Amino acid sequence: MSTELRDEPEAVEVTPELEADAERAQARQGFLVALPALGYLILFFAVPLLIVFVYSFATRSSTGRTLLQDWNLDSYRRLWDPLVGEIALRSVVLAVLTTVICLLLSYPLAYYMATRPPKTRNLMMVLVLIPFWSNFLVRTYAWRVLLGSDGPISQLSQALGGEPIRILFTNTAVLIGLVYGFLPLMVIPVYAALERMDWSLVEAARDLYAPGWAAFRKVTFPLSMPGVIAGSVLVFIPTLGAYVTPALLGGARTTLLGDYIVSQFLAARNQPFGSALSVAVMVVMLIAVVIYFRRGGRTL
Amino acid sequence: MLKKAILMVSVLAVILSACGGDDGEASSAADCEVGATDGDLNFYNWSEYIDPELITAFEDEYGVSVIESFYESNEAMLSQIQGGVSYDLIVPSDYMVNIMISEELLVELNKDAIPNFANMDSDFTSQPYDDGANYSAAYQYGTTGLGVNTALVGEDFEASWALVFDPALTSEYPGGVSLLNDPRETMGAALMYLGYSLNDADADHLAEAVALIQDAKDNIAAFDSDQYDESLTAGEVAVAHGYSGNMIVSIGEADNPDDYVYVLPEEGATLWIDNMAIPTNAASVCTAHTFIDFLLDAENGATLTNWNYYGSPNAASQEFLDQEVIDFYADTASANTEVIEDQGDYEINYTDALAEAKS
Amino acid sequence: MSVGLVPKSASERVLGATSWFVFAFLYAPIIVLTIFSFNENDNVGIWTEFSFRWYGEMFQNDAVMGALRNSLIVAVISTVVSTLLGTAAAVALEKYRFRGRTAFDGLTYLPVIIPDVTMAVMMLLFFVQLFAMLGGLGLSFQFGLGTISLSHIAFSISFVAIVVRARLGQLDPSLEEAAADLYADRRTAFRRVTLPLIMPSVLGGALLALTISLDDVVVTSFVSGPGSTTLPVYVFGLVRRGVTPLINAVSVVMLAASITLVLVSLVFQRRGDGDPGSAGI
Repeated sequence: MSTELRDEPEAVEVTPELEADAERAQARQGFLVALPALGYLILFFAVPLLIVFVYSFATRSSTGRTLLQDWNLDSYRRLWDPLVGEIALRSVVLAVLTTVICLLLSYPLAYYMATRPPKTRNLMMVLVLIPFWSNFLVRTYAWRVLLGSDGPISQLSQALGGEPIRILFTNTAVLIGLVYGFLPLMVIPVYAALERMDWSLVEAARDLYAPGWAAFRKVTFPLSMPGVIAGSVLVFIPTLGAYVTPALLGGARTTLLGDYIVSQFLAARNQPFGSALSVAVMVVMLIAVVIYFRRGGRTL
Repeated sequence: MLKKAILMVSVLAVILSACGGDDGEASSAADCEVGATDGDLNFYNWSEYIDPELITAFEDEYGVSVIESFYESNEAMLSQIQGGVSYDLIVPSDYMVNIMISEELLVELNKDAIPNFANMDSDFTSQPYDDGANYSAAYQYGTTGLGVNTALVGEDFEASWALVFDPALTSEYPGGVSLLNDPRETMGAALMYLGYSLNDADADHLAEAVALIQDAKDNIAAFDSDQYDESLTAGEVAVAHGYSGNMIVSIGEADNPDDYVYVLPEEGATLWIDNMAIPTNAASVCTAHTFIDFLLDAENGATLTNWNYYGSPNAASQEFLDQEVIDFYADTASANTEVIEDQGDYEINYTDALAEAKS
Repeated sequence: MSVGLVPKSASERVLGATSWFVFAFLYAPIIVLTIFSFNENDNVGIWTEFSFRWYGEMFQNDAVMGALRNSLIVAVISTVVSTLLGTAAAVALEKYRFRGRTAFDGLTYLPVIIPDVTMAVMMLLFFVQLFAMLGGLGLSFQFGLGTISLSHIAFSISFVAIVVRARLGQLDPSLEEAAADLYADRRTAFRRVTLPLIMPSVLGGALLALTISLDDVVVTSFVSGPGSTTLPVYVFGLVRRGVTPLINAVSVVMLAASITLVLVSLVFQRRGDGDPGSAGI
């Protein structure tokens, strides 16, 4: 998928030493390009992350302070509590659903955007994001009006002679809210992958397999796979930790992972257990994400 | 690009260092005199919790600036203070005062510098979280009770937690009821309904409370700490568990205010008190004392309350209060109320109990 | 690069319809909040009569205006820095092999994966330690817009890097090879060929970074300092008093400002360079 060092036979004759030199020079250059971001993330992310790791073995004092003594594995033992498993499973199901719906809505939009004239494309991309420059809470408020028993959906149903419908405080409301909130995180990467796709390939495919659908399935979709994968990860992970939308639109009627972690850090002021939960979530997710990206890369 | 990035980071570093505070020696509370100031006031408060005119009046009278910052939870504020971020005056709630005192994060107040402390209603200087009010001065208070839509529930109901926990009642209400999404408040309400104290710390009792909420859950539309008052006045729920201040404001703004009442259940309700306190790493301790004194003034205290619609702990302010506020809090004093107290190691159980009750 | 779709084919029509449906979905709540920003009533959800009352109150409310200013400063700084760093990270990861690449790869995903409250607590603890150490060297630092910006950059880098990589991973390598033959050195090849090709994704990443920064509450509220409250933190605190339509007015003003910016940049773009793909917003 990327320009890794070519060792195809057609390359110009090179002596092994020259090749090794070139490889070393390239590695050095790559490291230099990576350095600013790498340095930044190490200092302002990896080092702070160590604190979380250390805290997960610490003890909560009776006033809720974290005591850096009596190191123990109690917080990790608590992870096997059936309550934690139940909460995690429920969150994963919700995140999968949200991701799939986001993909189904985003792909046609991203495809449509990518096939417009260049100026329209940029405009449309900005149009996708503008609603999110308002305020999160205000948008969620507006959804409460739309989904409530006096909202337009309910009024439409009543005008048609039906019952008032209240979507607010249901799982459907949670899904609508989450899909709404995370849609741009899917649209943008999918669009980025589709934009300037080599359409001559698509045309060739269309000549080859007559129906457009087959051409899409065999050529376009696989080519856009990196965008789909990136988008799914960007939607899936934050959904797993979402807690404000489920609370405001769904009435927080069930506990989700994000909610549970927040309540450990804030209400219970139990930093060791909150840290252990976070470490566990991050390890599982990181493994899943890396496998997912590798798999996706191979299908190309 | 590398150069640009380095430039950017160094620009940031400059911005960061430019924000560095003044290193002036902080004075000790004992040396503060009445009306003295020792620098600008860094005031860390809840959003929209003070009439901006009071801030301006203080600035004009004492010639110092008030720099306002805002927080959205006691716990976020605690983390910042524990982290050593320097503020001169904070407004922690009752149980948080208790925690901060035991963590030695609060300055003992010099009452000699706060002559208006005498205006305080004695009920608010003898609270369990800070008996004698040595570290905190009550700012505003309120209760946690039930907002009831009488058009849906009927005029004839008993002020009891049964309004939210008894399925025989709640199944009759269109839209159901809402409870706070707060471990202490919500588990506390269930405990009180079962006849225990809000601060009960017995695991068996808590398990009973969990079962109670699970049985009532079909008719609980939402666990909502944010917009329960709007849900109530929009007719989404028939009964809402929530804080008095939001209830009074929302009911007052509703289309038909007469359809709604706020009641304190007879089994008991939460009394909450927000307090002014000075963190130990405050830079302008004397200005903070002067500001506390300024807000405890009879008329300033009334201005605060008439703007906020919370209860005033200031006895001298009562004559300047709007009738509406007086009426709303009239029966609070006689009601059966309790303040939430920090339960130390047992505290984590409330959080798990609520998570379990909702599962 | 023309598109070989048959005009108004059935699939084209379905695509168009779906897209406009998605746009309707995206803008439905925006229309609601705009309408209610002109509502006279104190209650957000109940319509009484048309008024500019909340716009007037907004411009007079120092706390809101200060919070808005802080939000914009942080958003601009974190967007610019994280776009530069995130793009460089994406290029390094997709185009080069170097020691530590795998670890770096994992590190770029972590800020997306970490629960926000965990990041909030850890950044606070980290800055406390850092400032204590720097304090030992006689340097004095404080929490404020600087710490907020630094934290926002830390999570935004990842979002930018992931979006840009999605584009880079899909580029035809032969294009760059041809460019490398043409321009001899890799840097020129990158600037002349790769960069214009990935520009839409860089722009997309930047816009995402901006959006995320403008909406962050949890991390910001933990790492803020005196006088540095941002708009979302302020609004969340407001909830305790019941949100007023004032906040709708603030949102509408922000939306109006961004739409104006977009329109202005479109006008400039039309006048400006001939490469539409790389035009900035």
